[in-house]
Amino acid sequence: MTKGLATHWRLMPQRYNLIGTHCKNCKSKFFPQRKICPKCRRTGSIEEFKFSGKGEIYSYTTVCAPPQGFEYQAPYVLAIVKMKEGPFITAQIVDCKPEEIEIGKKVETVFRKVIADGSSGIIRYGYKFKLRD
Amino acid sequence: MSSKVGIIGVGMTKFGELWDRRYRDLIVDAGVDAIKDAGIEGNQIGGMYVGSMSPGLFAEQEHVSALVADYSGLAGIPATRVEAACASGGVALREAYLAVKSGEMDIVVAGGVEKMTDVPTGSAAVALMGAGDQEWEAFKGATFPSLYALMARRHMVEYGTTIEQISQVAVKSHDNASLNENAHYGFKVTLEQVMNSSMVADPLRILHCSGITDGAATVILASEEKAKELVDDPVWIKASALATDTIALHDRKSLSKTEATVLAARKAYKDAEIKPEDVDFAEVHDAFSIAEILAIEALDFCDFGEGGKLTQQGETALKGRIPINPSGGLKGKGHPVGATGIAQAIEAVLQIRGKAGDRQVKGAETGLIHNVGGSGATCVIHILSMEK
Amino acid sequence: MAVGIVGYGTYLPKYRIKAEEIARVWGKDPEAMKKGLGIYEKTVPNLDEDAATIAVEAARSALRHSGIKPADIGAIYVGSESHPYAVKPTATIVGAAIEATPELTAADLEFACKAGTAAIQCCMGLVEAGRIKYGLAIGSDTSQGMPGDVLEYTASAGGAAFIIGERNLIAQIKDTYSFTTDTPDFWRREGQEFPRHGARFTGEPAYFKHVINCSNKIMERNELKPKDFQYAVFHQPNGRFPVKAAKLLGFDQEQIKLGLLTPWIGNTYSGSTPLGLARILDEAKGGDLILATSYGSGAGSDSFIIEVTKENERRRNPTPLQCFIDRKEYVDYAIYAKLKGKIKGVVLEK
Repeated sequence: MTKGLATHWRLMPQRYNLIGTHCKNCKSKFFPQRKICPKCRRTGSIEEFKFSGKGEIYSYTTVCAPPQGFEYQAPYVLAIVKMKEGPFITAQIVDCKPEEIEIGKKVETVFRKVIADGSSGIIRYGYKFKLRD
Repeated sequence: MSSKVGIIGVGMTKFGELWDRRYRDLIVDAGVDAIKDAGIEGNQIGGMYVGSMSPGLFAEQEHVSALVADYSGLAGIPATRVEAACASGGVALREAYLAVKSGEMDIVVAGGVEKMTDVPTGSAAVALMGAGDQEWEAFKGATFPSLYALMARRHMVEYGTTIEQISQVAVKSHDNASLNENAHYGFKVTLEQVMNSSMVADPLRILHCSGITDGAATVILASEEKAKELVDDPVWIKASALATDTIALHDRKSLSKTEATVLAARKAYKDAEIKPEDVDFAEVHDAFSIAEILAIEALDFCDFGEGGKLTQQGETALKGRIPINPSGGLKGKGHPVGATGIAQAIEAVLQIRGKAGDRQVKGAETGLIHNVGGSGATCVIHILSMEK
Repeated sequence: MAVGIVGYGTYLPKYRIKAEEIARVWGKDPEAMKKGLGIYEKTVPNLDEDAATIAVEAARSALRHSGIKPADIGAIYVGSESHPYAVKPTATIVGAAIEATPELTAADLEFACKAGTAAIQCCMGLVEAGRIKYGLAIGSDTSQGMPGDVLEYTASAGGAAFIIGERNLIAQIKDTYSFTTDTPDFWRREGQEFPRHGARFTGEPAYFKHVINCSNKIMERNELKPKDFQYAVFHQPNGRFPVKAAKLLGFDQEQIKLGLLTPWIGNTYSGSTPLGLARILDEAKGGDLILATSYGSGAGSDSFIIEVTKENERRRNPTPLQCFIDRKEYVDYAIYAKLKGKIKGVVLEK
């Protein structure tokens, strides 16, 4: 068993296709998925919900001191993106220079390698964002 | 049940790269000093709470509650490990406080310890990132400096806070640390040095970030009756408040206001029956310089958005209106994560006893200590005072 | 019932390196290299891109163009010589990323530069047999060239995806024909980082023999002549081979101009002929006839006769290939070496 393998596998729908959840009772949307609506709690009714992958930059930074596994990607832009549907998510913004990033700029998801377990372990893919043309 | 709780003894190791000492050495050294300071015997101790964030990843050791009790020569007593990321120490203090307050125990040890330098920096960063959301922050390449950078960016945009103001926090922390013989980074830095230090996560530079430090700290708590019987100068815990927020930064209501601190502060001020202006000094969680600005605003020492200005005007310096982090804070003193919350309590006790030496805050009677876990998902606040 | 293309999608990485920058590093005459290979620049994948991510982007684009439901896809074949895993399919990553799983068949194909067109043929067969409603055929690569080798000027990254079906076609595939032999002109042994090749042997007995024979045979059996086609696309290992092949077959420059991409994007290997075809489809009108002939070392060619329908004019691809061709940023050789994992000590996944 390789560390992180099953962890990633069970999150693939979320990480590949932004499958979150929403509460049918209060219409709140959640990404990542929540099983309990913080507003309605037990009276809530949770169902899967697919996010569009479109949003805008809410805050950003350039990571110059990367953690293990991200060494050669640095410097990379990390942002909190406000998704069109409401929730915020943390993700890298790719194919851009740090100076191109501004709060409010429109972004959309791309499918990328996020981290690989060395050169012999599994590759974990998922969403990142790019600036919209 | 209605008993007051006092701190009757304190002890801590020097903070730093303590190559010759093991995890268990650190906490035992700090514990022995605290017991000596309280003038008690080990067999008077009713229980022990140890705050430690990640001994498993930093020292390949779990089950540290029993380990610490054992190596303190106290095997047999009830011992509990407390974990709340960087707030582990503060929460251990609270658990010890509640144990005494409830009447279950008369004399309780609250300790905090982290041995961080035995692993490579990259591994330490991974361990620390355990305080965030592994699946939705760490997986995306987030680091703690980068999470605080995301907060700093919003604070700068929403309030016009400048990088000079953020940098001034670090300058002040190092000034204070230079007066603290236990500080890891007891040297002064200039504003220029801070602003030209190497970039970690834009806009935060290395001198805006706390480092990797070993250390331990211990305090002894006692019931009102025991405290009066044992020592002349107990420092009373007037309030203990704990609040939580979302684990991931991106789920917060705001990036520029720390909700858990607001909630915990509100309760602490109410329980202590004081107002923010009654606080003579505070030890706050400045793991990153922006965090101190966020803290002093949420603690209501100034309005939201005014923290940068308050710092720039020198109001948070040792001789200012509300001295913040007289110890040097996490930035200057060092931040061995589990030990930090207890070390904050020790600084408050020394200040209130009037034994803080060159960094003594004049007229320090009431102090507030503020310990944060993660990017703000846990906040624990205590108010300490010489008066009951 | 007719089989053909329901929709298609393309993808190219953003980064480019110029031929003269590569020539500078190896002390070659840049003008001679550009002229000799007919190449100006090539695409460079970012650190976090591989044949799977390119395949997914192209597949998602194809789905947007076709408007079909991913669950209606019965087969996914991904052709590549740079699958990120030696064992574990790229096709399943694509299947999950477009939400086509689990009711489908999937497999990876490898046939040097023609695995993408082989994937189209696999899908055609299943559709024509009535076993599946739609098949997704992808050619995608982040190909490697040994540092300093002539291949380094051309080996690039990119991909195209085609949804093959019977209804609502933007182009009908009238016929396909293949010409295959055992010809060792280019290869990469298991576990090796870089491919090797037979230099001039890759020309006449390899590329030209297969492309010419395959194209001639399919035209013959359909009683068509070069002048009957509005467009032709031949595999483009460099900028010169396809031009020469066209001339030998009797096609003029106007017919191949639109689909000739290698001078600006390099050789995208399994993506090469599919991308050239996609570029033509971006502009072709109803009734236009296209000849597409791929070539894969080892060796073989797949030819297709494609008739564009009126539907292609009604339903133009919303993200034409030109968007990706125009979106570019140049990198120098040092950054290129880092992005391609060519720096010793840098553990990068290709």
